[in-house]
Amino acid sequence: MTQPNAMATDTILSTAPAAASTAPSPRTLTGAEAVCEALIAEGVKTIFGYPGGAIMPIYDALYGYTDRLEHVLVRHEQGGIHAAQGYARSSGRTGVVFATSGPGATNLVTGLADAMIDSTPLVCITGQVFAHLLGTDAFQETDVINITTPITKWNHQVTDAAELPTVLAKAFYIAASGRPGPVLIDIAKNAQVQSFDYKGYSQCQHIRSYRPKPVVRMRFVEEAAALINQAQRPFVIFGQGVILGRAEKEFTAFLEKSGIPAAWTILGLSALPTDHPLNVGMLGMHGNYGPNVLTNECDVLIAVGMRFDDRVTGRLDKYARQARIVHLDIDPAEIDKNIKATIPVWGDCKETLPLLTALIETKQHNTWLQRFRQCMSEETEAVIQDELNPTGEVLTMGEVIRELNECTHGNAIIVTDVGQHQMVACRYARFNESKSNITSGGLGTMGFALPAAIGAKYGAPHRQVVAIIGDGGFQMTLQELGTIMQFGVDVKILILNNNFLGMVRQWQQLFHGKRYSSVDIESPDFVALAKAYRIEGATVSKRAHLATGVRQMVSHPGSFLLEVMVGKENNVFPMVPQGCGVGEIRLR
Amino acid sequence: MRQEYTITVYTENQVGLLNRIAIIFSRRKINIESLNTSPSEIESIHRFTIVVNETEDVVRKIVRQIEKQVDVLKAYFNTNEEIVWQELALYKVPTDEIAEKAKVERLLREHGARAVVIRRDFTIFETSGHREETDKLIEVLSTFGLIEFVRSARVAIIKHSSGFHDKLKEFEEAEPRQPLASQPVESQQGIFSM
Repeated sequence: MTQPNAMATDTILSTAPAAASTAPSPRTLTGAEAVCEALIAEGVKTIFGYPGGAIMPIYDALYGYTDRLEHVLVRHEQGGIHAAQGYARSSGRTGVVFATSGPGATNLVTGLADAMIDSTPLVCITGQVFAHLLGTDAFQETDVINITTPITKWNHQVTDAAELPTVLAKAFYIAASGRPGPVLIDIAKNAQVQSFDYKGYSQCQHIRSYRPKPVVRMRFVEEAAALINQAQRPFVIFGQGVILGRAEKEFTAFLEKSGIPAAWTILGLSALPTDHPLNVGMLGMHGNYGPNVLTNECDVLIAVGMRFDDRVTGRLDKYARQARIVHLDIDPAEIDKNIKATIPVWGDCKETLPLLTALIETKQHNTWLQRFRQCMSEETEAVIQDELNPTGEVLTMGEVIRELNECTHGNAIIVTDVGQHQMVACRYARFNESKSNITSGGLGTMGFALPAAIGAKYGAPHRQVVAIIGDGGFQMTLQELGTIMQFGVDVKILILNNNFLGMVRQWQQLFHGKRYSSVDIESPDFVALAKAYRIEGATVSKRAHLATGVRQMVSHPGSFLLEVMVGKENNVFPMVPQGCGVGEIRLR
Repeated sequence: MRQEYTITVYTENQVGLLNRIAIIFSRRKINIESLNTSPSEIESIHRFTIVVNETEDVVRKIVRQIEKQVDVLKAYFNTNEEIVWQELALYKVPTDEIAEKAKVERLLREHGARAVVIRRDFTIFETSGHREETDKLIEVLSTFGLIEFVRSARVAIIKHSSGFHDKLKEFEEAEPRQPLASQPVESQQGIFSM
């Protein structure tokens, strides 16, 4: 493949990087050139995008920067933004997307909403019609600023080129600092072509109206420590905040000193290695039995960088009513939003966790931890062993993931789409390293995985990237096979095909009296399709061929598509039915 | 318990910010009773005054969402006891009728109103005050053939606020000296804040 460039200058997510500024040079640049200069100054190497009329001056300038900026031509702007998300998630850096005005910009909407709800740092640059045409219904004009206001952390329209260096510096600062999120900068075509007196580029360090993180209040840290020290049955639940805050080490140190069992949300997955003795599994609707049931038995619940999503909590009035709650979060708006915190520990967990660790007693909670292990044995007997080592004829999704684990040893980046395969992959895939689980958690965007895997590979070029996708989701963005072909991106594509929109079918089976409404989905010959894009592939439908198939995919030089035909009507269990409390989780 | 809350927001002067703030309410299907934007005591900083009828819990969450916006410096919420507020109202009435039938001077004095324009065909009165006060004058003037009525949004001053000058200085420092925005101190001297 065109090797993605080696690690770019690390733009640290939550702490302000040292000021990098280009020497003031009194020269004339066009707005479009200033955009390229800004990207270089921010350490950007890779841009995912798609050209069009209103962004042509930027693409024209890009032509002169090809030695320093690689542009990955995607096949659809949605693919572009998901790729940038995958890039950001695997690298911890800000993803960059280019799109033109009108349909180019509106095609970004799903990805913006996804990045907003999953706190992914992105800078999206859209072209816009000439300023004098704004509001005239000009060709490919759309009000992208107002369309994207609720799904961006910040957005801004530029009609004067002189504004560009400061606006882009703000964009990169806002996207990556505090609780990260997507930023969109809409640049009118006249500003792109306009020449102006360029005074160099300085990274933004401070915006007076913006506090990326609240100042830590020691009083709350002390109160939290006191509560934790008294606890008999403390329980830690953690989310992506640990990864976004680059606080994996601080988090592990906190756990190991406190001896508290810890469970993860879907976006927190991989922040703590699967094998860690205090890792007790997954929370939420399809999470593990113990973490759900024991949420309602713990006496102190310590939430780290997570936001009590409804898929985690189930019914709120039946959630951890007995527990006192310590909530560590960088975003003040998350405190008391869904669950009232007894002690709010506001701040970046990279700062608050060490303060807390210093104040807590070294402890072990063996009896309590044993409860989680008992629950795990029950779950293994009821669900897991049949899922991972089935005796029935049909293949299960779980055994495919087990085979994959055996080939990758937990070292791969796993990118999942949305649905049953996503839940199964997150439940059973093993992880040794952080930033290895990339999935659309909050928005649940089908079609996310294939383009996100492309971006993930650019973000972590030396790592194995496996996209696990259902037959439905794959057909939503399969055009990105073209990107994989053209740029020789080495991603493995594992399609778990049950000929159904499986998760919706499962709900129709369980809650709608088996009235299978529009969930029966036909697929093309995926292997032939891959071949058409010059991507090798194979199909497996028998257990005897599964191990070979997975091994062939993983060891294949370059991209490879493996389709595995799995049981048509298998269900994902355990399950907390909608409207039930976490204590009412069903094993079957 | 639902009651009237007045939300005061100090912001940068940014195109699009009004929409960004308004959709925080509309997304949650919360009706804005009144909204005013104006300059503040500090040049270049704008002040929004928003009135909603909601529970304290809902209002607190909304205010946190508002304060989270990049171009917002600070947001407060207060009950009616904690603020001094006014609304301005204009009334257009037919001059002949009002002159003929009403004791105009007494009427104006009773309602704290004044005549802004007096023409042969119509007269415009103006008054300011609380909703009930301006409403009362509608009632009275309706009997004299009230032609048009319009009332402004609420503007409010927080009784215990010492203004934004000092706060702004702190905001302008790159590294905050002390807990600033977004701190879980809910009530200080009657000013609800975060």
